[in-house]
Parts: sequence; structure tokens; C-alpha cells
Amino acid sequence: MSEVVVETHGLTRMFGTKTAVDKVDLKITKGTVYGLLGPNGSGKTTAMRMLLGLLKPTAGEALVLGTRLPGNAEPLKRHIGYMTQGFTHYRDLTVLENLGFIADIHDFGGRRKRARIKELLDTYDLAAQADKFAGEMSGGQRQRLALAATVLHRPELLFLDEPTAAVDPETRRSFCEQLFDLVEGGTTIIVSTHLMDEAERCHQIAILDQGRKRAEGAPRDLMARVQGRVVEVSGPDLRPVRRHLSTTTGILSVAQVGSRLRVLVAPETNDPQATVAAAVAEFAEIQTQPTRPNLEDVFVLATGERAAERAA
Amino acid sequence: MISYRHILAIIRKELLQLRRDRLTFGMIVMIPLIQLVLFGYAINTEVRHIPAAIVDQSNTDVSRALVQMVEATQVVRFESRFATVAEAEGAIMRAEVRAAFIIPKDVSQRLVRNPAVGARFSQGATDTTARPVAQWIADGSDTLVAGAIRSLRTMPLEALLRQPSTRPTPTFEVALFYNPEQRTVVNIVPGLVGIILTMTMIMFTAAAIVRESERGNMEMLIATPIRPLELMIGKIVPFVGIGLIQVTIILGLGWALFSVTTTASVWTLLVVTLLFIIASLSLGLVISTIAKNQLQAMQMTIFVLLPSILLSGFMFPYEGMPEGAQHLADLLPVTHFLRIIRGVFLRDAGLADVLPEAAWLIGFAVLGMTIASLRFRKRLD
Repeated sequence: MSEVVVETHGLTRMFGTKTAVDKVDLKITKGTVYGLLGPNGSGKTTAMRMLLGLLKPTAGEALVLGTRLPGNAEPLKRHIGYMTQGFTHYRDLTVLENLGFIADIHDFGGRRKRARIKELLDTYDLAAQADKFAGEMSGGQRQRLALAATVLHRPELLFLDEPTAAVDPETRRSFCEQLFDLVEGGTTIIVSTHLMDEAERCHQIAILDQGRKRAEGAPRDLMARVQGRVVEVSGPDLRPVRRHLSTTTGILSVAQVGSRLRVLVAPETNDPQATVAAAVAEFAEIQTQPTRPNLEDVFVLATGERAAERAA
Repeated sequence: MISYRHILAIIRKELLQLRRDRLTFGMIVMIPLIQLVLFGYAINTEVRHIPAAIVDQSNTDVSRALVQMVEATQVVRFESRFATVAEAEGAIMRAEVRAAFIIPKDVSQRLVRNPAVGARFSQGATDTTARPVAQWIADGSDTLVAGAIRSLRTMPLEALLRQPSTRPTPTFEVALFYNPEQRTVVNIVPGLVGIILTMTMIMFTAAAIVRESERGNMEMLIATPIRPLELMIGKIVPFVGIGLIQVTIILGLGWALFSVTTTASVWTLLVVTLLFIIASLSLGLVISTIAKNQLQAMQMTIFVLLPSILLSGFMFPYEGMPEGAQHLADLLPVTHFLRIIRGVFLRDAGLADVLPEAAWLIGFAVLGMTIASLRFRKRLD
């Protein structure tokens, strides 16, 4: 029996006439990494801010760790951690000063404060930088400091807004490992991202586009739904092929990946590979073969469905 | 309710940041220091040595003696000499001189007919035949310059005729209290306390809070259990300290450089200054809840600062302004503070004497704090 930590019903937020988040229902269970996947402006940050109690929903409601929102979010703030997009701790303070400040804010005093800070410096490999100004550190170090400061008070629920936007892939991988360590300790993590590989590591994801939830589920399940509909096209001169394919009916998207084209075929097509093969028959030396779908395909499909819906 | 640990954490953080912000730290000391020295020496409401020209059409001993007498008053300094009035007018137009002294050909005759001096020599002189001895043309666009030249109108002329002074007994006896030597700086030093505190208290507070939002720190902070009141108190306490440092610099330098002293007790000064600092800080807090970035905070500070300098009574007497402007000036905390500080500092007034003005300051502080805390929300919308 898994405990639900976040549940939303018809969560909506308007900014003027623009709908940033549009009737989103979410259900997030304890001890998972839940990804909000979507392009910039898809409403990820707004959704997160509503769950944190920083923005008031225009309509709908949310239940976060038993606290009903909209409502008094203050008691909630002792149990949640929020790592903002970009570094929002103090660049003109050292690592130690930044952590000390956050510890004070969370009422860690004396021995408890020192012990916790030491523990964090070790866990997040910051001991050598303890007296360095945050502004003078590398992106990866700053990100570790932000995470350390965010988890200092051992929150049950962690919100990370595009945590890896400013770091290299190597750092990103080790960051993910740190997140899974936290989950093992019982923390639930909600992470927003526009990176497919990062989303793929989540237990559950919701694909957001233009404020709407387009798909939800485990990345593997979502990819299974696209199984067989992705066809890889290879050959000598792919540019005309690509141009031709993108105007062919029944083909949702064509993307060049290295020396191959990745073609996503619409769901109503019976034999995807045959469809693609027929379409490229006029070009010489072109091979087609089915390939393993990835989240990008899921994403294109989800947003493609939206396009179809709009046309209808 | 309020956690002292939280407030202390904010204060500590502010002080650390302030210590590292060399420019701001420097400005805290340099603003009062430089401005006091600058204004102390520069501002002088008694206008002297106005550059002037001479058009001497008489060119006699009398006219030369007249010029020397005028120059001896130090009101004007003769810089050039022209043959015609038209040339002198041109010089005024080009701002080479601010005034021209025109001595007519018949200056000697005019002089003896002048009732001020001539009465004894020519019994026949009457008001109808008496004419002014000479003429001044002045650039009247600056009323201070015009006033200074006008003060020469009734210059005594006895010395010119080498006769014993027949100066009559003055109609009024004037005793100048508190500043018998009539030094402008005596009024400037306590006034500058009000102006500099207005500037730093409003600007620094507004900017310090807006900076947190601008750099995104506020978003991080409002997701923590910190309370708005704790944040505000923690933010303004360091500036109260800074304000007191600045007051000490201004009054200390005023004493060291300009010998401006007081008999007021340190405690009275502390109480009234603290009142004003808190009133100004609360105005800064209000601005911080309206401004979206530091530039806007700066603009709003200037919006308050300019009338604070010009309307508060710092530069020009409050009483000389039209009634509407006086009401406007009453809305500025510094207007009331200037009355208090000049009263306490220069006129030996006690706390009880400045109570009505102090009540205004308390009112501003309460109103400002209320508006600021109503406007400040731990939300982004």
C-alpha cells in the first residue's frame, strides 16, 4: 500500500487571460521520483509553485502532505524543500555561511546545527569548498550546495525546479544518484525537467504541454505505448528524404539523429514500417527498420495528439 | 511567535553581505563625510562677491570713491569696466557679470541733492529734485542675487563726503539668538542629518529587500518557515545601526570642522534620531513592497528625496512656501525631523517641546509598517 503525498484535482492557474496550468490532476506516491516533463513555458514551474503554496490556484485544489491548498501553507514549509531554478542562495556568502543561515532558519541550533552541516558537507562533497564564496564555485558545486541547503531540514517532500539546467552531463549523473539516495531514505521528490534522459530516470512522469497534462505514467510504460511506431531511416543523402517525409500524411515527426532519421508514425497507421518504406521508395539506397522508442517519441506523440485535437 | 534565532540569522547575513559590498560600505561613511564637508563649506545663503561691471560715465574722484565704497561691502566684486550701458547689458546677457553699476555724468550734483547726505549742504534739496546717485542693473532671474543687489539701495553715503557719521538710531533693535555670527553651517549641520538619513535609510532599505526578490533569493526564502515580520526586522535592524553611525559622523565632523556644538543631551538626540530613522525605514519598506527591481526602488527614493531637500526647510524656510506646498512638506518625515533636530540641537529644546512633531514621526512609522506588512506576502502572486 503506497501512501499518496500529493494529490491535485483540476489544478488551474491563470495569469491574466493566459492559462499557465490547465486543470491538472496529479497523484504522487511516497518514496518516488516524480518528473514533470515539458518544454519551457509548459507550466512546470507554475504547477510546482502552487504545490509549494507560493502561488494561489485560480481553480482546483491540491492536498500536499495532508495540507489543503489553497489554504494556510505555512505549516507545510517545515516539511518541504524547494530548490529553485537557478542558484538562489547567496553568492556573496561562503558555503558554510549559506548552510549556517539555512540551519538557523530551520531552527537548528548549537551542536545539532554543526553536526548536520558537517554531515551535509561530507555527503555532497563540499568540505573542501566550505570557506569558498558560492559565487566563485563551479556550476556543479553550486548545485550541490543548493541541494544540501534544500535538504538540510530533512524534508519529506522535495521540489526541484530544473535542477540540472546549468551543469554538465557528468555532474548530472552523480546528482541523480544523490536523489535516489534521498528517495531510499523515504523522501519523495518532484522534479521538473525538459531533458528526456533525465525524465527517463524518474519513477513516474507527467508530460506537460501548454499547461495541460498530456500523458502520465512510468517512462517504460509510456515508451511501450509507442512501441513499433518508430522507424529508423538510413541512407546516403537524407535531407530530401526528410523533407519528403515531413509532408507525408500519417507521419507525426521526423528528426535527424546523427546519420539517421527517426520517424514517428501516427497511431492509426497499421504497418508503420511499411508506410515509411512506401514513402521513401522513390529514393535510392534508403533502408528502414523499426527501432526502440524513447521519451522524445512519447513526447512528440503526446503533443501531436494535441495538434490533432485542435484540428478536430 | 517571533523567533529571535531567525531575526539574528537575517541580521548576521545582512552584515556579512554588507561587509563584502565594499562600495555600499564605503558609501555609508563617505556620503555623510563628503556631503557635510561639501555643503558645510559650499552652501551660503548670504550672497557675496557677485561679479559685476562698472560703467563710469563721470570718471571723477567722487565716482571712484563711490566704486571703492561699494566694493568694500563685499556684496559685489567689480570684474570689468565698460564705456556704455549697452556693453554692460551684453555682459550680463552672456553671464560674464551678474550686475552692472552705472554712474551717471552728473553724479556729483546728484550726490549733493541727495537728502541722505545733502541735507546739511543744500537746504533747498527736496524730494522732488533729489534723484538716486547711481543705477544698478542686475540679472534678476536669480532672486538671491537680485536681493543682494537690492540691499545696496540704501547704502549709507556719509563716508563719501568725509563728514562725521550721522547714522540715526535704528528703528528696531535685533538680537540674533542661537546663531549670533550668522553662519549658514550652523543651520546646515543638523539639517544634513535629516537629509542624509532620508537618503540612506529609504534607499538602502528599499534596495536591500528588492535585491532579494530581484536575485531570486526571496523565492527561496518564502519557501522556508521564516515569517515576514522576522524578515523585515532582520533587514532593518542593521540599517538602524548604520543610521546612527552616520549621525555620529555628521555631528562629530560638524563639531570638528565647523565648531557647531550643542548643549542637547546624547539621549535626547538618540531618541529623536531613532524615531526619524524608524519612520524613514518604514517608508523604505513600503517602497520595497512596490518596486519590482532596484532601479525602480532608486527612482522612488529620488521621488521622495528631492522634495525632502527642497521643501522640508533644509534649503529654504518652510514658512516662505505657499500653504499648499507646506501641506505637501508636512507629508515628508524629514520636515518634522528638521524642526525637532534644529530645536533640540540648536535651540536647546527638550523632548517635551518637540512632542507634536515627534507624534508625526511615530504616526509615519506606524502607518508605514502597517502598509508594508499588509502588502508583503509570502507568495509570488
